[in-house]
Amino acid sequence: MRLLEIGNGNFVRVVGFDGGHHMQHKLRQLGILPGDCIRVVRQAPFGGPFLLEVGGREIALGRRIAARILVEETECVSS
Amino acid sequence: MRFVLIGQPNCGKSTLFNQVAGYKAETGNFSGTTVTYTASKVRVSGQVVEIVDLPGTYSLAGTNPAERETLRYLASNPVDVIINVVDATHLTQGLGLTLELLELQRPMVIALNMLDEAARIGLEIDGPRLQQRLGVTVMPLVASKGRGVRNLFVSALRIGEDAILPKRVRYARDLEEAVSSIVAGLDGNSLLSPDALAIKLLEEDPQVVEMISEAAPNAIELLAISRMRLQEARGQEAIWVVGAERHGLAGNLVREVVKQGERRVTWRDRLDSFFLHPIGGYLFLFIILLLFFEVIYGLGSALETPLLNLFLVIEAQLIAWLGNSSLIAQVLVGSLQGVAGGVAIVLPYLMPFLLGLGLMEDIGYLPRVAFLMDGLMHRIGLHGKAVVPFILGYGCNVPAVMSTRLLEERRDRFLAAALATLVPCAARLAVVFGLVAFYLGPRIALGIYIFNLFVIALTGKIISSLLPEDSPGLILEMPIYRLPTLRTVTQKAWFRIKEFIVEAWPILILGSVVLAILNYYDFADWFNLIIRPITWALGLPGEVGVPLIFGILRKELSLIMLRQALGVSNFASALSPVQMITFTVFVVFYVPCLATLAVLRRELGNRDMLLIAGLTVIIAFFGALAARVVALLVM
Repeated sequence: MRLLEIGNGNFVRVVGFDGGHHMQHKLRQLGILPGDCIRVVRQAPFGGPFLLEVGGREIALGRRIAARILVEETECVSS
Repeated sequence: MRFVLIGQPNCGKSTLFNQVAGYKAETGNFSGTTVTYTASKVRVSGQVVEIVDLPGTYSLAGTNPAERETLRYLASNPVDVIINVVDATHLTQGLGLTLELLELQRPMVIALNMLDEAARIGLEIDGPRLQQRLGVTVMPLVASKGRGVRNLFVSALRIGEDAILPKRVRYARDLEEAVSSIVAGLDGNSLLSPDALAIKLLEEDPQVVEMISEAAPNAIELLAISRMRLQEARGQEAIWVVGAERHGLAGNLVREVVKQGERRVTWRDRLDSFFLHPIGGYLFLFIILLLFFEVIYGLGSALETPLLNLFLVIEAQLIAWLGNSSLIAQVLVGSLQGVAGGVAIVLPYLMPFLLGLGLMEDIGYLPRVAFLMDGLMHRIGLHGKAVVPFILGYGCNVPAVMSTRLLEERRDRFLAAALATLVPCAARLAVVFGLVAFYLGPRIALGIYIFNLFVIALTGKIISSLLPEDSPGLILEMPIYRLPTLRTVTQKAWFRIKEFIVEAWPILILGSVVLAILNYYDFADWFNLIIRPITWALGLPGEVGVPLIFGILRKELSLIMLRQALGVSNFASALSPVQMITFTVFVVFYVPCLATLAVLRRELGNRDMLLIAGLTVIIAFFGALAARVVALLVM
């Protein structure tokens, strides 16, 4: 599953990335690594970004990036 | 003795720096306010210490120009103590960088900042335990209120004097084996510790790989072997192993030292359900922006009229005294007009604008605007981070162009800078209102603003289709809302106004003097002739040539000089309504002012500056031509 398909308010666990080194580097820097738990907080209209909660912080990610984050639906805690 | 402040974006480094050095570094409640380093000398317990504020970075392996500054600085400058500023509310994230800094094995102290915020959200942090686990002094800090600042620096001084070296935290055995095998190939001739170099090599940091490839090619061979072994053992690319290890360790540390107490839901938690609402969010944005500009315009024009009248009286006095014919009299009157332009036309709008902007920055609203506008910005080929240059552009194009450093890709920086220079700044607002709104009514002035937005969108579309997109899209941390203090907001506004007074104002005065001299020797006709082809094609009188050329110095100048050039006190007697519209549209788009050109050159280089300047002339010409045709048809 891809993060792009996840609806607001759901918790998911990151299982991997489907993208180049540069994008992965950026995401890992921000503390989004495989095994981490993410909550989708909200989505902006007009094809705008996702707002995620990761480790107690909020991060906005464009949809093109959200499409490259592989996740699984699971019970987890995002802090 | 030299201290460096290192920490993640928006952890309060610059706030701490300003507490001890006076307001010298820009601050704001979003990532990337500090894009280059600032240094200052301060006195700690009678000793002079240099404190360096480095740009925030998530890790030493940076991905944008601002982030790469930290490792470059550490590799090329001796540092006595690293002050690692950590945001206590996001400890897991912050400790990742702390572990990375420990690899450097330099004297270090951890400043646990924003402890008041942490307490507010119910976090209990066991500082002594953290200190014991990391083997580094941990000091409590609330930089925004100045709490703990003194103790932090006194303790840093002691650590620096005793040169206490911390031990780095050990990683898993396979990783440590890889590190020591690479270290065997290094020659130890660097400001960075051998262990740190080996780890940076494993992380494929381009700066370090380049450095070592020349200095110790042996290590590169050893690296290849270690990398293969790690990859086999871990089943993931070696480049990510160290980062994952630090992330895991930081997570374990946090579970050990942080207790999550009861969390009270406060107004800050509810704000986003209004400000980021799919419909309400845009309504709020619209109202906030409208209110913002209403206040600026209301305050500005209320101040401008009496100030201008005051200067007209002084000018009349001066002419009555010295006469109007001598060169000295004309130069004096010219410089007085330059002073008046700064005091009466620019500052009345600049002051409320900068105060309002500072407020929005410190509250943390700007990243929310980026979130809301990202989808729409994509349609002109940009992502939401470019909203910041856009909003800033309405005040002044100079900070707008500077803020493009927040963008990672050069293509995005070029595009955002080019479009930001098309945004009508406060100076151009004076031309639009002084000419079009005053003589033809506010509706036509509004029409010019809407036409401007349309042209910007079209230009963005065209440039982005010519330059292939390679940016991965928006990645932006959303800071929590903070209540700004009056002190930081006014200090920040004053810091920026000072910049205008020192850098821009002298140009305004000089420009007015040069104009007085030109007029005295009747050189004006030569200038008019140079751009006669353009003024002729746009159906404008030849005399507007000088005002247009001098408008490059400062945009208000083109309106002030137009009166002089046409030799009238009432524009309606010399220009038709269509000519007023054509002239104004041309002024709104053509070549950004000298200060903007200078900053374009600094940020993007000579070639791109000339490219953007040329582009704006073409856009201005065709924009004005289109406006003329439409105006002729309608009026």
